[in-house]
Amino acid sequence: MANPIAWQLATVAAIRDETPTVRSFTLALPGWPGHRAGQHVDLRLTAEDGYSVERSYSIASEPERDGEVDISVERIADGEVSPFLHDVVVAGDRLEVRGPIGGYFVWEPSLGGPLLLVAGGSGVVPLMAMVRHRHRAGSHVPTRLLSSSRHEEEIIYRGELDDFAAANDGFEVIHTLTRSRPAGWTGYDRRIDDRMLAEVIEPLGITTRAYICGPTALVEVAANALVRLGLPSDRVRTERFGPTGT
Amino acid sequence: MLDHSDDPAVERELDGNALAGLFESLFGGDMTAVPGRCAHCSTVNMVGAMRAYMGGPGAVLRCPACDEVVLRIVQAAEGTYVDARGAAYLVFRRT
Repeated sequence: MANPIAWQLATVAAIRDETPTVRSFTLALPGWPGHRAGQHVDLRLTAEDGYSVERSYSIASEPERDGEVDISVERIADGEVSPFLHDVVVAGDRLEVRGPIGGYFVWEPSLGGPLLLVAGGSGVVPLMAMVRHRHRAGSHVPTRLLSSSRHEEEIIYRGELDDFAAANDGFEVIHTLTRSRPAGWTGYDRRIDDRMLAEVIEPLGITTRAYICGPTALVEVAANALVRLGLPSDRVRTERFGPTGT
Repeated sequence: MLDHSDDPAVERELDGNALAGLFESLFGGDMTAVPGRCAHCSTVNMVGAMRAYMGGPGAVLRCPACDEVVLRIVQAAEGTYVDARGAAYLVFRRT
């Protein structure tokens, strides 16, 4: 059997800072078969002595882009991979990747909506692929993104999300800041809870499809709350990552 | 961004999505949307929704309903071991 997801060499085509700790990398992939919004790539680094590590990174870009994907990587101070990507990798470098991977945490316009996206920190990355895909595909599915960040300067993709919301085509973004707020902040000011989700989902109704991505604790709280609010559990899709804060 | 904590020494509770690449290299297709029935409590969940524990020498997938082990995967020098005795069945749908 041919390996359907062979490792291939990607060239770093561009690097962009999203926040002080999150950086996006555009990976040029000749022969990329295309992906579905929500899928990820595996990235492998191999040292000269043969030691290798793999990490999975969600694809942030929409499937409409040809031959390249964006990943957004948060720098974890004591990590093995993210400090290398942030501090060492420059445009033109080559990285081993395989993908696209995953079929569970995926949304396509044909699935319809309404759509509720719930993000904790950099859990917004695969949801951004869905938002960008919705926009590029011309979908008007009613969509609300609830994004939880610790501080204002840590909000990822803020400007682009505001631009999508300004298009008035049924997309709205709602922020909550859990640690500090700037003066005059009008968004939520606490961790995601039942009451917040009830308010956010109210305009969408209980036929909504929900995608939740973030740290395990946030995913558990949000998924359980949505099921209590009446969403069928098979319409609530989740993706967890490790114990970093929101 | 699945493998977010980026530290192999930390016992991380993730979900089956984090094993998607390994599964696909073993089974030749996506496993995260494959429904599996827990042999312990009979609950059916997609592999992507199962709890994944990746901190040990192998990976363990547990049932989100009863927390019992459904699948164990260990990569050894001679090959990859998949212990599926905790799964009553997995459904590979026709495409």
